[in-house]
Amino acid sequence: MIDVRNLDVRFGQGAGALHAVRDVSFSVAQGESFGLVGESGSGKSTVLRVLAGLNPRWTGQAALAGMPLGPRDAPLPRLVQMVFQDPYASLHPRHTVDRALSEPLEIQGIGDVGPRVERALADVGLGPAFRFRYPNQLSGGQRQRVAIARALMLEPKVLLLDEPTSALDVSVQAEILNLLRRLRRAHGLTLLLVSHNLAVIAHMCDRLAVMNRGAIVEEMDVATLRRQEPREAYTRQLLLASRGYDRDVAAGIVTYD
Amino acid sequence: MDQPLLELDNLRVDFHTPTGIVHAVRGLSFTLGRERLGIVGESGSGKSMTGRAILDLIPPPGLVTADRMVFRGQDLLTMDKRERRKLRGRRISMVMQDPKYSLNPVMRVGEQIAEALRGKGPGVRRRVLEALEAVRIRDPERVYNLYPHEVSGGMGQRIMIAMMLAPEPDLLIADEPTSALDVTVQMQVLAILDDLVAKRGMGLIFISHDLDLVASFCDRVLVMYGGRVVEELNARNLRAATHPYTQGLLDSLPRIDDQREELPTLRRDPAWLED
Amino acid sequence: MTTWTDYLLTDSPSSRRQARLGQMYRKWLAFRRNPLAMVGLCIIVALLLVAAFAPLIATADPLAQNLDRRLLPPSGTNVFGTDSLGRDIFSRIVYGTRVTLVIVLLVVVSVGPIGLLIGATSGYLGGWVDRALMRMTDVFMAFPRLVLALAFVAALGPGLENAVIAIAITAWPPYARVARAETLIIRQQDYIAAIRLQGASQWRIVWKHVVPLCLPSLIVRTTLDMAGVILIAAGLGFLGLGAQPPIPEWGAMISAGREQIFDQWWVATFPGIAICIVALGFNLLGDGLRDVMDAR
Repeated sequence: MIDVRNLDVRFGQGAGALHAVRDVSFSVAQGESFGLVGESGSGKSTVLRVLAGLNPRWTGQAALAGMPLGPRDAPLPRLVQMVFQDPYASLHPRHTVDRALSEPLEIQGIGDVGPRVERALADVGLGPAFRFRYPNQLSGGQRQRVAIARALMLEPKVLLLDEPTSALDVSVQAEILNLLRRLRRAHGLTLLLVSHNLAVIAHMCDRLAVMNRGAIVEEMDVATLRRQEPREAYTRQLLLASRGYDRDVAAGIVTYD
Repeated sequence: MDQPLLELDNLRVDFHTPTGIVHAVRGLSFTLGRERLGIVGESGSGKSMTGRAILDLIPPPGLVTADRMVFRGQDLLTMDKRERRKLRGRRISMVMQDPKYSLNPVMRVGEQIAEALRGKGPGVRRRVLEALEAVRIRDPERVYNLYPHEVSGGMGQRIMIAMMLAPEPDLLIADEPTSALDVTVQMQVLAILDDLVAKRGMGLIFISHDLDLVASFCDRVLVMYGGRVVEELNARNLRAATHPYTQGLLDSLPRIDDQREELPTLRRDPAWLED
Repeated sequence: MTTWTDYLLTDSPSSRRQARLGQMYRKWLAFRRNPLAMVGLCIIVALLLVAAFAPLIATADPLAQNLDRRLLPPSGTNVFGTDSLGRDIFSRIVYGTRVTLVIVLLVVVSVGPIGLLIGATSGYLGGWVDRALMRMTDVFMAFPRLVLALAFVAALGPGLENAVIAIAITAWPPYARVARAETLIIRQQDYIAAIRLQGASQWRIVWKHVVPLCLPSLIVRTTLDMAGVILIAAGLGFLGLGAQPPIPEWGAMISAGREQIFDQWWVATFPGIAICIVALGFNLLGDGLRDVMDAR
């Protein structure tokens, strides 16, 4: 469903250039849920933005559902949609929930708008009372539900998730993760999830790739992650550090290039 | 060790808004020694407001009241504004979540720390460099001359800590000091705080939403919900929490080694808000 | 009474219209709490009322000359006195509100949309479009505004309408700059990325998503700028290039009174006070609007 070969992304030119993604290759089968884990600056979000067509400067090959993607092409809206990290920045502050959800239908010339919007709201666990609210009348979790509903309006095959719960409280995170798992089953979605949180990835994904400084360090299945048996030292350190504070682990931290 | 560092009794923070009074903190009491106290809660639980209220940093229309608020034998409630301000920064310091918003963008890092030291003369530079070394910045001479935008998030947070600790306060309030950082950097910053608390005998109030982190780092944990403490725990016994809210929070966290299909979601009981 | 506030303040409106009205009503409630802004609003409303009912308020014909009653001090018959042609200053100021409103209105309808369109397009599209449009605004901004306006009026011929056109032509560049700066921030936002992913066209994004967000800051800026616009119009009038006599324009009235400023102070003072109050009103209103509208 998703196939990425030798993806390379550079920002800027000359001495100040940043090699954000280095020779990244991976593929995700239909219906699979794939995770990209890494710390800030690892290039994981950039990979996602390339696949969403939001980052035009890259080299290499990328294909979605067998259709090759060029650096200048926007992917088909009905094929791939994205959910962003910050629910406070991903909804237009002056558009009601109703407008946010009906706009994709209007753009694509799909009729039957009213019932579809109601259904989409029900699908993400929001009642019809939320339909005509503005984002400032919603909590963070409710906003993220609206953002997920918006991404699903065009019934895409692939859903790209960029840290979808890292701005939310833990109890809300659980609700959103449950919702995403349920929607994945119901709609047969292929998920590509980017997160810094190994536990979230372990809960959501079948396979994952660990990224550091723009490159993939290793790829593994979720069973390996659960057993905490990574191949690479970098991943081991990441696993140890996410277990909570430990004086000895802190002393032993090294920087990997 | 004889007298407690901070005593709070029935702390309340109310915001008088046109639509009614919002109670951000409702009757909070604790006594702090030279220890690491964690305050955990979700957004809106009043945990940040508690830290700010101790420092007298609640913006209007917020109103702070308490039956007792004593810092090292000094009554904070009767103290005038100027003395309170002097206390802030010298005896009580605060580290906030994002160093980007707390550092002055047009001032060199070293100069900002020097200002925090409120000193002049040739000795100050040396003291600033020592402060930077204390938070394990490898090349303090170079960092001294950098501007805030030239440093990474982890470095920025270390600089903030160096700045806040330069006047050697007795109490440090850290409000989500590592939430914006990568886990490995977070560990290193916590190790610095850990050492400083141990070495200087400083009191630390560590405010965070991250239960696991607080449990692994602090001695004692207060769990806040709706402006009140619902449970006080020894950090080592966090898993033995009895309050349904704390249990619910712990359960709702995904874990690397768990196989659960659905995460249990928190059922909020209105009774938790009642006294 | 309670039913319509309930309708407006409900947490779950049942139509877009109700949601929008409710949002506007909440803004109004916030605005109402700012006493200075309310003073500004009252001044502007009073200006509108005076302009609308000028014939009823004025005590005399603003154009009627009476050389026997030249330069009379304020009295029962002529509340603000008379000018050098014996015209009633109070009535002229009352009718002058219409002139002021015409200027303000024409500038608003021309400057706002031009600046917004150029700025938003430039900021959103970027690249060569941005460079071309911004160099054009630079050219306009490189000249002192009054000198440029003078050149335009000289070319177009003196008169109120031409003065307004000249002001508009020289006034849009800062608006385009503001709109562009806002757009540059807005285009980075996730909600713009989201709508791009849904296949929206560039025009749709600029018009339906970017422009509505630029609007508040432009409205605020326009309101705050109004005082300056009125003053430039007065300045052009003073130089004989704006409103032509005998139109009762406040700026021209001041300049007509400048010869008598020491002996017959009222001739220049009352129109001056009028300009002052209206400028203040626009400024207070603009400040209040900024507080309400910026809260996103």
